[in-house]
Amino acid sequence: MMEKMIFGRYIPGDSFIHKLDPRSKLAFVFLFIAVVFLANNAVTYALLLAFTLVTVLFSRIRLYFLINGLKPILFLLVFTFLMHIFFTREGDLLFKWQFIEVYEEGLKQGIFISVRFLVLVFITSILTLTTSPISITDGLEILLNPFKRFKLPVHELALMMSISLRFIPTLMDETDKIMKAQMARGSDISTGSIKERIKAVVPLLIPLFVSAFKRAEDLAVAMEVRGYRGGEGRTRYRQLKWDWRDSTILLLLVVVTIVLWLLRS
Amino acid sequence: MDIKLQQVGYAYAKDSPFEKRALVDVNLHIPSGSFQAIIGHTGSGKSTLLQHLNALLKPTEGTVAIGDLMIQAGKKVKNLKPVRQKIGIVFQFPEHQLFDETVLKDIMFGPLNFGVPKEEAERRARLLIEQLGLPEEVLHKSPFDLSGGQMRRVAIAGVLAMEPSVLVLDEPTAGLDPRGRLEIMDLFRKLHVDKGLTTILVTHSMEDAARYADRVAIMHEGQCVLSGDPIDIFGNEEQLAEYRLAAPRVVRFQREFEALIGYPLPKLCLTEEQLAIEIGRVAQGERESK
Repeated sequence: MMEKMIFGRYIPGDSFIHKLDPRSKLAFVFLFIAVVFLANNAVTYALLLAFTLVTVLFSRIRLYFLINGLKPILFLLVFTFLMHIFFTREGDLLFKWQFIEVYEEGLKQGIFISVRFLVLVFITSILTLTTSPISITDGLEILLNPFKRFKLPVHELALMMSISLRFIPTLMDETDKIMKAQMARGSDISTGSIKERIKAVVPLLIPLFVSAFKRAEDLAVAMEVRGYRGGEGRTRYRQLKWDWRDSTILLLLVVVTIVLWLLRS
Repeated sequence: MDIKLQQVGYAYAKDSPFEKRALVDVNLHIPSGSFQAIIGHTGSGKSTLLQHLNALLKPTEGTVAIGDLMIQAGKKVKNLKPVRQKIGIVFQFPEHQLFDETVLKDIMFGPLNFGVPKEEAERRARLLIEQLGLPEEVLHKSPFDLSGGQMRRVAIAGVLAMEPSVLVLDEPTAGLDPRGRLEIMDLFRKLHVDKGLTTILVTHSMEDAARYADRVAIMHEGQCVLSGDPIDIFGNEEQLAEYRLAAPRVVRFQREFEALIGYPLPKLCLTEEQLAIEIGRVAQGERESK
């Protein structure tokens, strides 16, 4: 079950997207998230979806795999879709059964929101799937550098982020292990009433917290032993390089933005 | 309880870019009442195999038969609880599974889950604490206040309290001091004999396998490449080396000794006690011939 989670995983590769500088990818994703909200009709949403699918193609990550990774948040997707369908009461009445009424506008909104959701999840997944956590934080640290002037602890934030990203898979494995150990002792999270299931979470969470704190302490000691004293005057082993690819995709995003702006109603 | 694995294969994260085959065509029969050791170097699939023994993992190929229950690849099995109760697994570093407020409650967690009455669960906990050589006061302490070795014992008690008829041990002594190792392994042997358990020991300690097991299986790259009598398996050092394993220390000592005196001892010894007797005989013979 845990193996199927794709959040925070990185699949090494050498596709066009893999080769991009993390700074350009990060900037692209942040801007893209804003741009997504420009879309407001069928044409613009179709354009966004097409653009996203092309990106997936370029990343050489199998679409099937991305869709599989959607499963954990499928509930959210379906929920928002249904909310829109049942609670928007504009446009023509399309369907009526007992007290359920579906209006044209509701269906439209439901589809739009779902597409928006899908596009956002795909693009951000592609960012984490094609960029190693270390490059993401490197990129983020440099992008945020200007904010140092406002006393923002940029280096510390980047470090915190890289540590949490780094430990997602570890904690997943740990959860899996403890879950199995408790299952072997007859505890069962997947069946029973809600109350029983909530009760079954306790034997899972407590060992997980204990080990997470222990890990954090070990890590802090290991860092200190190796002379870590924060970001002041720290040089970099991995130097980031900006090349034509990076300029290209940002330019492309500008073009997409302009087209969206022109096509939106 | 008889356990039979037939052409069992398992792949982690099947059909994803992370797919990893962990078991390939494993055939293994563990007869009821035997003390089976499963050895292999790290990453040979031992731990994956172990999780098949109580359906925590279901095979992606082949069948696992646990007593009367058949688990077939691709088929759903309902109600695994009876199997889980009969097969107790002591995982690697079992102290990581402790969670309850007191040691007593933690030990009672397993039996209560399987519907054992409270008084009975408490009786078992008290008995086990004594058997495992822990003072009675620990019952009311938090498990997190104990030392590493004590935590390990409490966790083991938590599994034993379910009174399983098959006990699966995954490196039960890893990270313990030498004395603690011996005590815990001797306890497992005692339980094996007294309660007529089927014991499965997954380990990379050849010494433990040689000393305690009456059957040995070797895992190598996800396959069960060899299984049989410990004497045959540990006597063949070339074959062991092929699977990146070394003979137990006792056997290596015996080989050195044989090289020194120039002839082989009448039998291969798997414990220090046996070897001491054999060497004693040689020494006595020397003395008499002088």
